[in-house]
Amino acid sequence: MATIALEQARRGRVMSVVVDAAVLAERNLIALVRIREALFFSSVQPIMFVLLFRYVFGGAIAVPGRSYVDFLMPGIFVQTVAFGAVGTAIGLAEDLQKGLVERFRSLPMRRSALLAGRTAADLVRNVLVLFLMTVVGFLVGFRVHTNAPAFLAGIGILLIFAYALSWGFSIIGLSAPNSETAQMMSFPVLFPLTFASSAFVPVASMPGWLQVFARNQPISIVVDAVRSLMNGGPTADSVIKALIWSAALLIILPPLAAHRYRRAL
Amino acid sequence: MAIAIRAEKLVKEYKGGVRALDGLGLEVEAGTVFGLLGPNGSGKTTTVRILTTVAAPDSGEASVLGFDVVREPQEVRARIGLAGQFAAVDENLSGLENLRMIGQLNQLTRGSAKLRANQLLEVFELTGAAKRSVKTYSGGMRRRLDLAAALVNSPPVLFLDEPTTGLDPYSRQALWQVIEELVAGGTTVLLTTQYLEEADRLAKMIAVIDSGRMIAQGTPTQLKAGLGASVVELEMKSATDAHQVGEAIRLRGTTSIRVQDNKVEIPLEGGPSQLRWLFDLMGEVGCEPHAFSLREPSLDDVFLSLTGHQAE
Ligand SMILES: Nc1ncnc2c1ncn2[C@@H]1O[C@H](COP(=O)(O)OP(=O)(O)OP(=O)(O)O)[C@@H](O)[C@H]1O
Ligand SMILES: [Mg+2]
Repeated sequence: MATIALEQARRGRVMSVVVDAAVLAERNLIALVRIREALFFSSVQPIMFVLLFRYVFGGAIAVPGRSYVDFLMPGIFVQTVAFGAVGTAIGLAEDLQKGLVERFRSLPMRRSALLAGRTAADLVRNVLVLFLMTVVGFLVGFRVHTNAPAFLAGIGILLIFAYALSWGFSIIGLSAPNSETAQMMSFPVLFPLTFASSAFVPVASMPGWLQVFARNQPISIVVDAVRSLMNGGPTADSVIKALIWSAALLIILPPLAAHRYRRAL
Repeated sequence: MAIAIRAEKLVKEYKGGVRALDGLGLEVEAGTVFGLLGPNGSGKTTTVRILTTVAAPDSGEASVLGFDVVREPQEVRARIGLAGQFAAVDENLSGLENLRMIGQLNQLTRGSAKLRANQLLEVFELTGAAKRSVKTYSGGMRRRLDLAAALVNSPPVLFLDEPTTGLDPYSRQALWQVIEELVAGGTTVLLTTQYLEEADRLAKMIAVIDSGRMIAQGTPTQLKAGLGASVVELEMKSATDAHQVGEAIRLRGTTSIRVQDNKVEIPLEGGPSQLRWLFDLMGEVGCEPHAFSLREPSLDDVFLSLTGHQAE
C-alpha cells in the first residue's frame, strides 16, 4: 500500500467530544433518510394520526372553547416526538447487536460521543419533523391563536422534552438484547403515557382514578404547556412545570444512559 | 526481540458463570504474525476483546506496545486496528461513508479520512461499490470492508478475529497477501483462525487454546512435528476387505489405525517409504483398494491429539 500523507486533527478534550459526536450524528441522519421505515415512522405515521383524529375521531370529541384541530395539534406534536424516540432505542440495540459498539470502543474516540451523537441526531430530526407537522396542521385547519414568539417557545419546549426522552429511550435500547425487543420494551412505556394523557381528549372526560395519573404525568404537562402557548390562555404555570420536568429528566437520564453504556458489553 | 503484545494470567468470567479465559498468557513478537488457534468457545474472541480494550478482564494484565489495556485504553486504541469475528459495518451507509466515519473517529481530518477511505477501497477491490449502501453488499464484500476499516489508521498492531471465514478462495489469498505486505512493513498481527493451513502460511508463532487456557505453543513446524505423520485413507471394495486389511496391518505392529465401514486410515509413521510396504501387504492379502488418498494432519487432528476431544 502506498503511503499517503494524512492529517491528524489536534483537538482538546471538549472539542473532540463535539467533533466525534457530530460525525456520529451525521451517520444517524444519513440512515434516517435512507431507511424507509425510519422515514415512515417519523413522517407518514404522524400524518396518519393527524388525519385519523382530525376527521375520524375528532367529531366525537368535545373540547370546550376552541376547535378540535387547535386542541389536537399540540398533542400530535408531543406524540410525534415521543414515538420518534423509539427509533433511538431500536437504533442503539441494533448497534450493539451488529457489533458496531464493539468497533467504536476499539477506536480512540470519546466514549460519550456515541450517545451524544445519537441524541443530537434525534434533535435535528425533531426540528424537521415538527416543521413538517406544523405544515400538515395548517393544511387541516390548525391556527395559532397567540403569536409567533409564543409558538416558537412552544416548539422550544417540545424540543427540550424530546431531547430528554431520547436519553430515556437510549437506556431501553442499551438494555435490550436486540432491536425487536427494544421496540417491544418501548411501547408499554409509551402507550399509557401518550394515550392516558391530555394529548387527544380532555382529561376531564376520563374516569376519576385515571385523571390523577393523566393530569400529572409529564406528557400531559408538556402538552398543556404547548397548548397554552399556541391556543392562548394562562401559560406561566404549565410552562414552568414542563420545564421542571424536562430539567429533572435531563439531570437523571443521561448519567443513567452513560452508566448503561459502560456496562453494555 | 521486542514484544508488541503481552498478556499475563488473564481471567474472564461472563455472566452465567462461563469461564471464558482461565489464566491465559501470551507474548507476541513485534513485526510478526501470531496465530491463535482453538475450537469454538475456547476463548479466542474474548482474548481479542480484552486486548483491544473492548472488554475488561476480571484479573490478569495485558499491554499493547507497552500501554496497559485497562489503565491506558486511549493510548492502546490509537495504535490498534480491529476486525471482529462478524463484520461490524453500518448497513445504512455506503462503503465510502463507513470508512470516512471510522477515519474521522480515528481523529483524521475529514479530507484525510476521505483520501484514506478511497485508497483502502481500492486495495480491497471495492471501488466499484464505494457509493452503494452496504445493505447491498455480499457477505464477502462486507468482510473486506470491515478489514479495510481496521486499517484506516495504519495501525502498528492489528487484531483479526477469523478474518477469512466466509471469504472465497480468491479473496482469502488476496487477504493473505495484504497481511504479508503489512507484516513486511513492520505491522504486528494477532489473528485467530480455525484453519491450520492459514496459521501455517502466515504465523511465525502459533498458540493453541482450549477452555481459556493455552495447551500448546510453537512455530507451525514444531506443532506439526508434534502431530506426526500424514494420513493415508484407503477406500476398500467392501467392509470385509477393510476389516481384513486392518487386521493384517495390526498383526504387523501398527495399531493406531482406524477402520470404519469400508475405509481404513493409516498414519504414515514410517515416512513415505511405508507406502510401498502398505501396498505389498494389500497384495499379499489379496485386497486391492478402490480409492486412495493422502492428507496432511488437519486441525481436527491437532485438537484431537492436544485436547483429547473433537472440536465442537
Ligand atoms: N457475552 C457473553 N456472555 C456470556 N458468555 C459468553 C459471552 N461471550 C462469550 N461467552 C462464552 O465464553 C466462552 C468463550 O467464548 P469466545 O467467543 O471467546 O470463544 P471463541 O474461541 O471466539 O469461539 P468461536 O470459535 O466460536 O468464535 C464460550 O463458552 C462462550 O459461550
Ligand atoms: Mg470467536
